[in-house]
Amino acid sequence: MNAQTEATPIIEMRNIRKTYGPVIALAGVSIKIYPGECHCLLGDNGAGKSTFIKTMSGVVKPTEGDIIVDGNVQKFENPRAAMEAGIATVHQHLAMIPLMSVSRNFFLGNEPTKKIAGIPFYDREKADHETMEAMRKMGINLRGPDQAVGTLSGGERQTVAISRAVHFGAKVLILDEPTSALGVRQTSNVLATIDKVRKEGVAVVFITHNVRHALAVGDRFTVLNRGTTHGTAERGGITPEALQDLMAGGQELASLEGSLGGTV
Amino acid sequence: MSNETTTGTDERVKEMSSFRNALIRPELGGIIGTIAVFAVFIFLAGDSGMFSAQGMMNWSVVSAQFMIIAVGACLLMIAGEFDLSVGSMIGFAGMLIAIFGVTFGWPMWMAIILTFAICTAIGALNGLICIRTGLPSFIVTLAFLFILRGFTIFLPQTIERKTIIGGIREAAEGDWLGVLFGGKILQGFFVYLGDQGVIAVFERGTRAGQPVVDGIPMLIVWALGLVVFGHVLLTKTRFGNWVFASGGDAEAARNSGVPVSRVKILMFMFTAFCATVFATCQVMEFGSAGADRGLLKEFEAIIAVVIGGALLTGGYGSVIGAALGALIFGVVQQGLFFAGVESSLFRVFLGVILLGAVILNTYIRRLITGER
Repeated sequence: MNAQTEATPIIEMRNIRKTYGPVIALAGVSIKIYPGECHCLLGDNGAGKSTFIKTMSGVVKPTEGDIIVDGNVQKFENPRAAMEAGIATVHQHLAMIPLMSVSRNFFLGNEPTKKIAGIPFYDREKADHETMEAMRKMGINLRGPDQAVGTLSGGERQTVAISRAVHFGAKVLILDEPTSALGVRQTSNVLATIDKVRKEGVAVVFITHNVRHALAVGDRFTVLNRGTTHGTAERGGITPEALQDLMAGGQELASLEGSLGGTV
Repeated sequence: MSNETTTGTDERVKEMSSFRNALIRPELGGIIGTIAVFAVFIFLAGDSGMFSAQGMMNWSVVSAQFMIIAVGACLLMIAGEFDLSVGSMIGFAGMLIAIFGVTFGWPMWMAIILTFAICTAIGALNGLICIRTGLPSFIVTLAFLFILRGFTIFLPQTIERKTIIGGIREAAEGDWLGVLFGGKILQGFFVYLGDQGVIAVFERGTRAGQPVVDGIPMLIVWALGLVVFGHVLLTKTRFGNWVFASGGDAEAARNSGVPVSRVKILMFMFTAFCATVFATCQVMEFGSAGADRGLLKEFEAIIAVVIGGALLTGGYGSVIGAALGALIFGVVQQGLFFAGVESSLFRVFLGVILLGAVILNTYIRRLITGER
């Protein structure tokens, strides 16, 4: 037990079940997320990762189970309620509009306003200034705040999305496969961003099916398989091979891996 | 804009001159087109009276008509939707005013307010159907193109046994709201200009000595007002940000907490509002409502918007650009008449401008947004 686990979890998901008619998407999943940790949620396609994080971010209401934020049971009626509780999601389809500028994207849905003659106008100067500030902190060099997001690389877009969430007071940051479509260098940039964010005391929930990415930054690891969890492992308490096996949910992969020379 | 604010520069990004930055904007195509069109007509028709007070009023009024519907179409297109029922809405709104104000004999202000309420409600219905069913607005509003046009012919035929209802100007005489659409402003100023010999005055007849152009029609005031309103709304408010986002990527906008459905429905209502403004000004000017009014206006509005640099698929565009597109449209249509060019060539000219503007706009947009 390290010091973190003795603290109160910032969010606890207790025995979450979700059924769609006869289909059981989640059959009772429990995890605890602590401030300042990177909690990796691993699982193969169809394991229930997406449904699980959707319940956490208020997109989907669980059929059963409790969501406990800072010790209080919460029911999220919609994503906005989750956001207000400090839970931010960076989606697979990034919530970014390529045709719009970085600063307009950064403040989308949270635009600063200033009143001129009683009418609230978009405060562009403030938005631009704060965007540049936040981007500099994350080590992204923008040509200017009005540079379109479409001109950024995939990794830079992820970083913009992450720093946006943190800027707006996210205490729990859910990253849905942030590295799945990225090249090597861009992936390491995103992993470095995760590290920076974690050091600011934000809890990061990192969803991936890439064991190497998970092990690179993760503090703890939870594996989902067919709607159930196989428990949570501490960093150093589990080998990459064991994680990989847990994700595949059995031994088939072990034999497959053997024939592929251990490269999966 | 400036590189000093960043900690370092990416060696792969070429330094951009501030001149080039100032130049590369969505309206650039519209600006170049406007300059080109004016240059051509000053050359072709400079001495034909096109640039006298009377001539300028002529093409200004036509351009203003295009502008009113282009502003609505522009905001809606940026929000990611189309409205093909604009033309039919113009006919329908005009007919409603005539039926309420003339046939039923209600006060004109009541007829106008009621018409605005009905038409914006139809706009909201358009939007609601698109949002709820997920059908492309292209199809939904195409249906309304036929439905509204059908009613525009059916209603006066059933009630009055004719397809044109006149007597609107008489019915609107002295009406406080009618003046807002059919009146003129700055009349004193134009009399002054006439007295000073700056603009032409009538030489004979009952109005001898009065200026030929006796004021700025409210139509132009509405057009400029809507352009300013649309531009400020789009670029200077948070709602404008939501309009761009809704059209750029509705899913991503929703994820960011933007009320996409509300934004889109409001823009459908605004488009219907603009069409009703057009119709009201038109019936006040003509004094009658006809079942064939507004034919093809939806396409003219969309063409003006596209010339102005908006992206057909949404998320990108400029109200100023759309206004310039409308100006180009009006100047070309009336200018060919002044230049004595066969009027059927208008379409050729329009097609060439449309194609040129869209090619130029696509190039500019790629520079700005990094699309490939």
